[in-house]
Amino acid sequence: MISTQKTETVSIVLDGDEVEVPVGMNLVDAAALFQKEIPHYCYHPQLSVAGNCRMCLIEMGTPMRDRGTGEAILNEDGSPKIGWVPKPVIGCATTVSPGMHVKTISDKVKDCREGIMEFLLVNHPLDCPICDQAGECRLQEFATDYGRGYSRYTERKNVKPKRTRLGPRVTLDDERCILCSRCIRFTQEVAKDDVLGFVDRGSYSTLTCFPGKELENNYSLNTVDICPVGALTSTDFRFKMRVWFLKESPSICTESSAGCNILVSSREGEIYRITPRRNDDVNDSWMTDSGRSLFKKVRAEDRLAVPSIKQEKSSFDQSIQTAAESLKDKKVAIVGSCHATLEELYLLNRLSKATKSKKYLRGHFGQDDGILLSADRTPNLRGALASGFANTYPRDNLSKLNSDLKKGVIDAVLVLNEDLLSSGVEAESLLGISIVYLGTHANDTTNLAEVIIPTLTSFEKKGTFINRSFFAQGFEQSIPGLPGLLPDVHILSKLLDELDNENKVTSDFSLIWKNLSSPPKSPFKGMSFSDSLGGSLKIDETKWKDLPFVESNALHYKK
Amino acid sequence: MISKKIPKERRVILKNADNPSYSNKITCYIKEGGYDVLKKSIKKKPEEIGEEVLKSGVRGRGGAGFPTGMKWKFLDRKSGKPIYLICNADESEPGTFKDRQIIHKDPHQLIEGMMISAYAIQAKQAFIYIRAEFFEGAKILNRAIAEAKAKGFCGENILGSGYSCDLVVHRGAGAYICGEETGLIESLEGKRPNPRIKPPYFPAVLGLYQCPTIVNNVETLCNVKHIMEMGGETFSKIGKPNNTGTRIWCVSGQVKNPGYFEFECGALTLGEMIYDVCGGLLPGRTLQAVIPGGSSAKILRADERFKGTHKDGTDFDWGIEDIPLDFDGPMAAGTMSGSGGIVVMDDTVDMVEAMANINAFYAHESCGQCTPCREGSLWMKKISSRMCSGDAREEDADLLLSVANQIEGRTICAFGEAAAWPTQSFVKKFRKDFLKKAKTQKRKKDSLQLI
Repeated sequence: MISTQKTETVSIVLDGDEVEVPVGMNLVDAAALFQKEIPHYCYHPQLSVAGNCRMCLIEMGTPMRDRGTGEAILNEDGSPKIGWVPKPVIGCATTVSPGMHVKTISDKVKDCREGIMEFLLVNHPLDCPICDQAGECRLQEFATDYGRGYSRYTERKNVKPKRTRLGPRVTLDDERCILCSRCIRFTQEVAKDDVLGFVDRGSYSTLTCFPGKELENNYSLNTVDICPVGALTSTDFRFKMRVWFLKESPSICTESSAGCNILVSSREGEIYRITPRRNDDVNDSWMTDSGRSLFKKVRAEDRLAVPSIKQEKSSFDQSIQTAAESLKDKKVAIVGSCHATLEELYLLNRLSKATKSKKYLRGHFGQDDGILLSADRTPNLRGALASGFANTYPRDNLSKLNSDLKKGVIDAVLVLNEDLLSSGVEAESLLGISIVYLGTHANDTTNLAEVIIPTLTSFEKKGTFINRSFFAQGFEQSIPGLPGLLPDVHILSKLLDELDNENKVTSDFSLIWKNLSSPPKSPFKGMSFSDSLGGSLKIDETKWKDLPFVESNALHYKK
Repeated sequence: MISKKIPKERRVILKNADNPSYSNKITCYIKEGGYDVLKKSIKKKPEEIGEEVLKSGVRGRGGAGFPTGMKWKFLDRKSGKPIYLICNADESEPGTFKDRQIIHKDPHQLIEGMMISAYAIQAKQAFIYIRAEFFEGAKILNRAIAEAKAKGFCGENILGSGYSCDLVVHRGAGAYICGEETGLIESLEGKRPNPRIKPPYFPAVLGLYQCPTIVNNVETLCNVKHIMEMGGETFSKIGKPNNTGTRIWCVSGQVKNPGYFEFECGALTLGEMIYDVCGGLLPGRTLQAVIPGGSSAKILRADERFKGTHKDGTDFDWGIEDIPLDFDGPMAAGTMSGSGGIVVMDDTVDMVEAMANINAFYAHESCGQCTPCREGSLWMKKISSRMCSGDAREEDADLLLSVANQIEGRTICAFGEAAAWPTQSFVKKFRKDFLKKAKTQKRKKDSLQLI
């Protein structure tokens, strides 16, 4: 998000160039603003500063002042005299101050980096050929960029445990650990589950869980992400795929309304892992473990793969035709989904207008963990509101639909990705009702459906979700959909074509967004889909501020 | 060597310690005028005590020699947070055994010094952090504190002044690094004693529990009592300018009469200490080297010449015997007086083995927090141990020096220097011994590693 706030800056001299940097920034971040890398292992922008890896040693000096008068001491040419700190300082723990001089490139700095790299490698097993981190390993990168390129070490290396189970999802290789303590700080400061620590001392220090504890919190895999080396590995991803074969695509997590920004790593259409993508307004650099396993649904056994009519395989066109016929001129109920994208919900709303049907929506709620798993377990409840599909806050069931069915005011139901039978709709209420089911996975409702049109998971399509903070976050398709399946928006627009000849709609995202943003009081005023792809797009939430949102205060979310 | 008059000790801190009729009980201490200075001091304004300490010029006795009065001045008094006083009784530097004499033989002197200091900095709570191995010392201190509390010298409403300060003894768990003040603070907080990064964690601002904290050595805190007894002005006249007061020197190694000796700063030279006070070397031996300030201080070679210019402009040209025993003397000779632990080595000592021994100590004691010290100290130990078990190579000397250079100045705390300085100085000054090792020693097949 582009910040319009003016931040106060100070001027420092970075490798001879005078630059302006924000007040309070440390030198690692400040140098990065100017494309200068100060290599580091233990420093992480979202964790406390430990200063233990010593990789970010640089030279620093400040303008000298007379001790008595406090006046600046000047060189002969009138420039301020710089008092260079005799020892190298760590960039991560040094905050910028006015007139500070910094050398990130010098013989001394080079010597420091070479020394630290050598030290880090003397007891490192150098088992890159079998290490999962290879290819995205800081040790490899910095050894190449800042190391000497040869070893002077002829002694025996320390031996430590190679495969310790830290918890259900994390496996530790202690020999690779460089003791940077990022994982320890993460569990203390972010996950608030203090279970990791070092035992033994000196070079024999070993990362471990406290006795009787396990690293089993729902954020444990973030320790794997922030581990700069191959020490902490994901038990699920371990030995599955070389990372350089993986294609990384940005996406949004669908687990809850937190809307974590994620990276989907896939090879040849197969997802191998999900990792968080940094967004300082939404999820920092974190996500839940449970959100990472959602991709397994893509290739699940109960995935709907072919269209069917009356539980018999059918063609796409035929099933859309049949679906349209069973909805046409009927008293239709449309069941939307908070898992659907903003664009899908917009089209669904259009469909409800075309068929003059009643609209139903259920929420899925759970416990809020106060971090990144919010009580609203759907990614787009606010999208349902903003698209116009829903005007009230959804309940966690469809008992209203059940009673309407019983009253006989409905004779056809169009369902988007929602299991009616587990949402308080009784099976007998559905007797004689024709059900058109659009969704990704089989459930009890699909068994009753007259027409089933399979749809795509969020990894296989593009769209927009609106998270708990009313950030519209667009995402692109990460992997190809199952063969023969169409994006939901295409199916919905085809259905609309069949049901309403007068008001033509398209599945074109720019047109959908044009329609979304055109009403005078639209919360999307002046916005487009590409804007929402570009970053978190805050939309005007005043219209819904009195709704009983279930989320409680959490990371980057204030009720 | 021409025999001179043996320099006379001036015992201030250890005045009563070795008196056979003196005990560490409070009755004995009071009989000798104990706690009178506390009674006098607690009627003064706290700032006045700070002024006297500053005037006295007393420098910390723990190793770094930082002026105590200055240290107190840095204290953040405006934060509104409670202030803590910690006595560093983690005396762990190899070759040092002075603080234990005070703790064992005259604990009330320390308690009095601490209570005066605590009052001066307006501490809310005072701690004595004592190393784990001093279990007897901890017992003695606990008993002494109970005695002092019963008499109202410590605890609630000290001597009716309205000022209260509890004093607690906390035992370490056996780690050298707990002598580093921020490591000590971490340990006192119940954590692993990983030293903190400075900035921002200067103890005087963000110390124990992130509150302003003063950490002083045992001997330093005892000196506060004597400063208040004689006045800062008078104290500053003991010893030499910038090297005020007395110091307790601990002499160990191959001398006839090792032990601890209290002298005015600069009252004698290293030669006088070795040959006159300690009776010289064992028969038939010659001096090879001296470590002047605990094992982390740089070693001095017996045949070195130390030349340079003093701050006042006068030149000096010293042999090892001429180095004055104070703070600045050893510093001028390129080493430090550190904790006052003088280790004497005669010609029978194998310098490579001596260094291997020191390296083994620092590799064992490195906390493991920051990379250079953690990996470098163990690497140096592995090299030097290998050298001593018949596998020395000619290039090892340069490698050792290079590894040590990669540690010095790049670590979180001063342990990096403590580990690097011995190796740097041993290799530089006894290079021939290192090269000889490579030429003459061949591993016997079944020989065991020495260290």
